Amino acid sequence: MLPQSSILIMAPVVPARIDELRRLLDRLNHQPGLADPANPLVPFGRFDRLHLARLMILEDPTPDDIAVYGLAPASFPASLAVFADCDGSADAFLGEFAQRAEAGLRQLFGCCHGFGSASDVLDFMRRHRQPSAADYVNWIGRTVRQIREEAALHDALAAYVDANAAALAGEAPQAVRQRLLGFVTAQRQAGAITLTPPEPTPAGWFLGNLLHLLGVPLLLILASPFLLLYLPFFLWQLRRHETADPEILPRPDPARRAAIAALEDHDVTNPYIVCGYLKPGLFRLSLVVFLLWLVDYGARHIYNRGHLARVQTIHFARWVFLNGRKQMFFASNYDGSLESYMDDFINKVGWGLNLLFSNGVGYPRTDWLISGGASDEQKFKYFIHRHQIPVQVWYKAYPGLTAVDLLRNARLRDGFERSTMSDAEIREWLGLL
Amino acid sequence: MAGSAMSVSPEFSDIQGIVRFGHRRLTAACFFLLRIVDAAAARRWLAQAPVTDAVQRDAPPDTALQVALTAEGLRALGTPEGIVAGFSAEFIAGMAGDGNRSQRLGDVGGNAPAQWGWGRPGAVPHVLVMVYATPARFAAWRDEVTSGMWARAFALIGCLDTSDLGGREPFGFADGISQPTLDWERSGAFDNVQLDYRNLAALGEFLLGYPNEYARYTDRPLIDPAADPSGLLPAAEDMPGRRDLGRNGTYLVLRDLSQDVGGFWQFLDRQGGETGLAAQALAEAMVGRTMDGAPLVPLSRGPVAGIGAEDHGPPNRFTFADDPDGARCPFGAHIRRVNPRNADMPGGPGGAISRLIRTAGFGRQGWRDDLVAPARFHRILRRGRPYGAKLTPEEAQHAGAGEERGIRFICLNANISRQFEFVQNAWVMGTKFNGLTAESDPLLGNRQPVSGCPATDSFTYSRDGAVRRRLRGIPQFVTVRGGAYFFLPGIRALRYLAAMNG
Repeated sequence: MLPQSSILIMAPVVPARIDELRRLLDRLNHQPGLADPANPLVPFGRFDRLHLARLMILEDPTPDDIAVYGLAPASFPASLAVFADCDGSADAFLGEFAQRAEAGLRQLFGCCHGFGSASDVLDFMRRHRQPSAADYVNWIGRTVRQIREEAALHDALAAYVDANAAALAGEAPQAVRQRLLGFVTAQRQAGAITLTPPEPTPAGWFLGNLLHLLGVPLLLILASPFLLLYLPFFLWQLRRHETADPEILPRPDPARRAAIAALEDHDVTNPYIVCGYLKPGLFRLSLVVFLLWLVDYGARHIYNRGHLARVQTIHFARWVFLNGRKQMFFASNYDGSLESYMDDFINKVGWGLNLLFSNGVGYPRTDWLISGGASDEQKFKYFIHRHQIPVQVWYKAYPGLTAVDLLRNARLRDGFERSTMSDAEIREWLGLL
Repeated sequence: MAGSAMSVSPEFSDIQGIVRFGHRRLTAACFFLLRIVDAAAARRWLAQAPVTDAVQRDAPPDTALQVALTAEGLRALGTPEGIVAGFSAEFIAGMAGDGNRSQRLGDVGGNAPAQWGWGRPGAVPHVLVMVYATPARFAAWRDEVTSGMWARAFALIGCLDTSDLGGREPFGFADGISQPTLDWERSGAFDNVQLDYRNLAALGEFLLGYPNEYARYTDRPLIDPAADPSGLLPAAEDMPGRRDLGRNGTYLVLRDLSQDVGGFWQFLDRQGGETGLAAQALAEAMVGRTMDGAPLVPLSRGPVAGIGAEDHGPPNRFTFADDPDGARCPFGAHIRRVNPRNADMPGGPGGAISRLIRTAGFGRQGWRDDLVAPARFHRILRRGRPYGAKLTPEEAQHAGAGEERGIRFICLNANISRQFEFVQNAWVMGTKFNGLTAESDPLLGNRQPVSGCPATDSFTYSRDGAVRRRLRGIPQFVTVRGGAYFFLPGIRALRYLAAMNG
C-alpha cells in the first residue's frame, strides 16, 4: 500500500505584483477556477501520482477580527499557496514537480519575495514548505492509478450489463457473476482493463505508522492522571472563555460570496478553505494543539476508510497553523455544493466542527465545547462564508468522481479478487453497478 | 417561560390563506405577473386589496386573493434599501441572479434563464397576484381584483392561467399528495436529534418569525419601532425591541415548468419493447407511485408523526426504510429524491452505545447508508397548479408538439437556500444522489452533461433478476420557462409596506 502525502508551499507575494500573479493563475484554467490539466505552465495532468492540487493567493479574509480582544491586527502577508495531495513521498513528488513544471513555477514564484532569476525552483519550494497540524485522507493507500483503473472497470461493466440486460435478466446470481468474471478476464487479456496489484508498503512508513498508532495512546495513558487532575480546572476555564468570547457574525457580503460562488460547482467536487485568527491566549492555543494532535491520530488510524465521522464526501483535508500559530486554516475537497457541505457539517458532525472551530475568533457560542455553535445554523453559515477564501486554480485527477464513487468502484473490484461469493453477497455486489 | 410563548394560538388572521390551504375547492385560478409603473398607485391598490387570510370559516369562501413581491418589487414600491437588505441573500439576488445559482438549480441548457419567457434578468416581475375562485365566480372576481388603482399601478408581464385536472398533474399522476404538516400549536421540540422520520414540521420552516427545525429564528427584516409609528407590525419574538416585518410571512418560489406530455409517453412506449415493461409501469417506477398515487413501497406498520392514519386521499404513511435496496421504489424515483423520508441518523438499534457508534460514523449498513441529508431540514410546502388541456397517456401517443401544458410550480419555505434550492440542487438535479451516477430526477432532469459524464440521461430501476436495469437516452421532459423568488408577506406586513411613502 502506497500512502499519500500532503504538500503546501507558501511564499509571500510582492504586493506590487499581485495582479500580475492573479492574471497568471487565470491562465492555468479552462473554466473559472478549474485547472486545464494540459496547460503549458503547470501541466497537472502529467503527474500521474497527483490527486488534487490548488494554486491560490492566500489572503486573510478577516485581518482585523483580533481587534475584538483589544489586540493590534497582525496578519500574515498575502501569499502564493501551492497545495498538492500525492501518492508516495512528498520529496519525490516535489522533485518531479520542479522538473516538469519548472517554467511555469518560475513565473509564478517570480511574483514572490526572495525568488530571483537565479533561484532554484526545488530549493525555493523546499524552503517554503508549511507543515500541516493534521491531514485527512479519505482512504489511505488508494492511489490515482487505482482510482482510474477501478473507474474504467466500473464503466466497462456498467456498459456490459446495459448491453446484455435481457440475457442477464433470467440468470441466477452465480451465473451472472461467472459471466462478469469471464468478461473482465477477457478484457484484461485484451488490455482494455488493467487492475494493477497494490504497491508494497514502504517499510519506513509502516514502522513509523505503527509507532504512532501505539505511541499516542501510550502517551495519553501516561498523561491521564495529570489530565484527570486538570479536568475540573479545564472545565472552569472553558466555561469562563465560552461565556465571554465575542461572536462576530455579520451577514456575509453578497459580492464576496458571489465571487467565490462563481468558482464553484464546475465539477461534482469543490475545493474549500476557511481561514481566521485563533482566540488569543495559552488556553485556546494549547487546546487546539491538543485536539489537532488527536484529530491527526484519528485521521491516520481510525478515519482512513472512506469517512470522517459521518461525512463521506471529503477526499482530502488539512488543518494548518499560520503566522506563528496566531492563525489557522482548514482546507478540504468535498463532493456536492457548499450548501450541502455546510448542512453535513451542521447535521452530521456539528460536535466535531465545534471542537475545533470554536477556538477561532468570532465563532458562534458553544456550550461545553461540543454543543451549541454550529447548531445555530444560519449564524454558522455566515461565519463560514465570512472566512472562506476563493481558490483560483484547482485540479482534480478524476473529474466527475465523488468519494462515494471511489468507494463503490473499489468494492466492485473486490468482487473480482474473491474466489467465492454467496448469492446474497453477489446480489449486494451487483447493486454496485 | 418558553412554554407560555408556545401556547399562543396561531395568528391565522395575519397569515395569507395559501400557507394553510391549497384552495383546492377554488378550481379556477390565474397568477398575474406585474411590474409596478406607479408606486403610489400600487401602494394604494395593495392597501385595499382584499387579501385572503388563513382563518377557517364555517362557510368556505368562493374566492381568494394572495399577493407576493420580489426584491425588485419591494424596491419599486419604495421600500428602503435598509429593509430590503434584511431579507435573505438568495431572495435579494433572485432565482436567475447569477450563473452559479442557475448551475445549481439545473437552469442550464434548455432551462437557461436567457430563454425564459419571464423572470430572466431584466424581466423580473415586481408583484405576483394570485386570483382563485369557483368557476362560477372566477370572471367576476378577477375583474373586481383588477379594478380601481390596478390599471394605473401595474404593467402586465403575463398572466399564468391554470387548469383543473382533477388533482392530477399533466403526465397523469395524482399530485400534491405529500405535504409537511405544520406544527401550528408549536407543540414539538425540534432541536434534538430525531431518530425517526416525521412529517410534522416546525412552524419556522414555513413562516418567518417563528422557531425553525433548529429552534432558531430565520433572519428577516426587523424594524426600528420608530420606523413603524402607527404600530402596524408585531414585536419580534426573539428581539422584543424590534418590529418583525417577516412575521407570518414566508418566501414563495414560482417556477413555470413546461411538460412534454407527448414526448414522455411516447418515449416510455418505445422502451416497452426493450424492457418488456408497459409504459405505465416504467412511468410509475420513475415517479415512485402508481398513477393513482399509491406508493410503490408498503405503508408503515407504525405511525408516522404528522401523517394521520386515516388521511383522505392516496396513502402517504410510509418511509423507504423497508426498501434499502431500492427494489420496490428505485433510488432515483421522483418521490424518493424530493423527500427521502429519512431521520437525522442512519437506522440501527436504539441504545445509547449504538447511537454513539453511529454518531462517530461507524456501524453503517451497506455502502449507501447515511448518504442522504436528513429530510426534515429540507422540506417545502407545495402550492402549484397545472395548466393546459388534459391529455391521457393514450392521447399522448399521437400528440404532436405545439400545445403547452405543465405546472405553475409554487412552493413556500422560510429559507430558500436550505429548503427549495437544496432540494432542487442536491436531490432533484443531483447526479450523485444516494450513490447513483449519471442520472438526475427522471421527470425534472435537464439531462445536461456534468464533469466527467457526457449526459445525465439514465434511470436505474430493478426488475426480477439479480442485475439492475437502466434506461438510457431519456429526453428532457420538463423545461423551465420562467421563475422568481417572492416574499409572501403577512397581512399586517403587507399593509405596512403599502403605507410607506417612498
